[in-house]
Amino acid sequence: MTTTVPAKAEVRQSSPGTADGPRRRPGRIRRIGLPYLLLLPALLLELLVHLVPMVIGVLMSFKELTQFYIRDWTTAPWNGIDNYRMSVDFNAPVGEALLHSFLVTLAFTLLSVGLCWLIGTAAAIYMQDNFRGRGLLRALFLVPYALPVYTAVITWVFMFQHDNGLVNHVLHDQLGITDKPSFWLIGDNSFIALLTVSVWKGWPFAFLIVMAGLQNIPKELYEAAALDGAGMWQQIRRITLPSLSPVNQVLVLVLFLWTFNDFNTPYVLFGKTAPQAGDLISVHIYQASFVTWNFGAGSAMSVLLLLFLLVVTGVYLVATSRGRRTKHA
Amino acid sequence: MAPPRSFLWSRRIFLTLLTGFVLVPVYVMVSSSLKPLADVSGQFRWLPSGLTIRPYIDIWSTVPLARYFVNSLIVAGAATVCSVVIAVFAAYAVSRYNFRGKRVFTVTVLSTQMFPGILFLLPLFLIYVNIGNATGIALFGSRGGLILTYLTFSLPFSIWMLIGYFDSVPRDLDEAALVDGCGPLGALFRVVVPAAIPGIVAVAVYAFMTAWGEVLFASVMTNDTTRTLAVGLQGYSTLNDVYWNQIMAASLVVSVPVVAGFLLLQRYLVAGLTAGAVK
Repeated sequence: MTTTVPAKAEVRQSSPGTADGPRRRPGRIRRIGLPYLLLLPALLLELLVHLVPMVIGVLMSFKELTQFYIRDWTTAPWNGIDNYRMSVDFNAPVGEALLHSFLVTLAFTLLSVGLCWLIGTAAAIYMQDNFRGRGLLRALFLVPYALPVYTAVITWVFMFQHDNGLVNHVLHDQLGITDKPSFWLIGDNSFIALLTVSVWKGWPFAFLIVMAGLQNIPKELYEAAALDGAGMWQQIRRITLPSLSPVNQVLVLVLFLWTFNDFNTPYVLFGKTAPQAGDLISVHIYQASFVTWNFGAGSAMSVLLLLFLLVVTGVYLVATSRGRRTKHA
Repeated sequence: MAPPRSFLWSRRIFLTLLTGFVLVPVYVMVSSSLKPLADVSGQFRWLPSGLTIRPYIDIWSTVPLARYFVNSLIVAGAATVCSVVIAVFAAYAVSRYNFRGKRVFTVTVLSTQMFPGILFLLPLFLIYVNIGNATGIALFGSRGGLILTYLTFSLPFSIWMLIGYFDSVPRDLDEAALVDGCGPLGALFRVVVPAAIPGIVAVAVYAFMTAWGEVLFASVMTNDTTRTLAVGLQGYSTLNDVYWNQIMAASLVVSVPVVAGFLLLQRYLVAGLTAGAVK
């Protein structure tokens, strides 16, 4: 970095003839207005695709918005907090189903994020130093992440088929672990199926981020530890893992939010109506809105989901408090 | 220092198991795409009874795959270009200038990252339908509408990552360019953008991949002519027969461009993530 600056200065001196009057110093108005001008496209789009829909979404959640009002949603009658009351009334069918879906999603997300982190971190640490075939293995490990979600999930759907799938063939026909072929995409097994697919697709992201984080750990730390007689395992426990903690804070939060909001995986795996055990909240809200045509209730559920995520993220950021956002704020 | 035996052994075992876990679905996809229909309809077999490229020929006529392909290409391509260009300007402003509202802007962008897609789907759906009814502009079901909605995912991520990346480009460089007589935009395009190419490529790859793989908005916001691959692929499951060999063949055809592109450019993505997300 220090060498590039003098180099630039030289270039500057060697070309004094390029001065072209007024463009050299932007006027005061331009200097003040410029950042806003640069932000304008982003602001307009953020407004259009995020803020306006959010405001409308909140408004919708206070309306009785059924299929009769879709042509012009503004004419739908207000019903106050009825949608919310219905969503959180855990003794009635709608609220009970929502609570169940929420709990399934929470359990699924915690397990999936935990496994993705564990596998990704282990793989990144094991592949930190060079060995034969490392490059090939690394490329291979990124394939699940690079595959479009639907092609990856469709392949798993095929593997989970009752009669002609690989999973039953291996577990029942070849290994004899299950005494009869199981159903994986309906019933309680669907949770396992969902988790497997989610981890398969998700761990390479943790792998990528942790690998990137490993590059930032100074080699001197390991050298010093080695001089002090620390073995490989001790170095991993005492240096590698603690040094990764800022990376992990971002990684775990991002993984949590993505997994919690995941729609693509359950939707391709199960279709519009998921089995109870795999009824993730995104699909649940989608179903409440587009299958039973109650957009008001769907919106209220979305807002509740958002509030939950805001609280979780807020608590998480305060708890870890060294989040990267302070840098720009 | 040579790693101890325990480390080497556990590494061997772990990496072997993991490779198996990763490879099995890939193998299933490839091998099933070359099997005759009878092989994929009956009990699963690891080795095909005979190899055929028939599925690769049939995929184009069972469903209009070429049309879906073109639709996906247009939508994902346009969404990528839009979000990269817009994000470059925005990230440059945030990275290099102090201005009122900067904090609000960054916090808003960061927080929209965590919003569930379903939150935007319902209102955007209604907005598009209503705009269509009021003005006759068909956003709903059009590629334009889909491109716009895809920016909900890619734009916040792109801005967020590029801010981090631009920050890692030394300020002295573009200040020198300013002194040399470049305008701020000149400094951006001649100095900051070239220095941040890895980050920009990373953002583009990410934006393209999310748009190419998105299912939720594509299934609600498209019609017969604008359908993308994500939805179109479901057409291979007819009531009588599920053409699993064709589904796998089509999945491969759809995946190869993105996977190849990703593997070629993953170096940049890793570099971009290091600068943007990790630091």
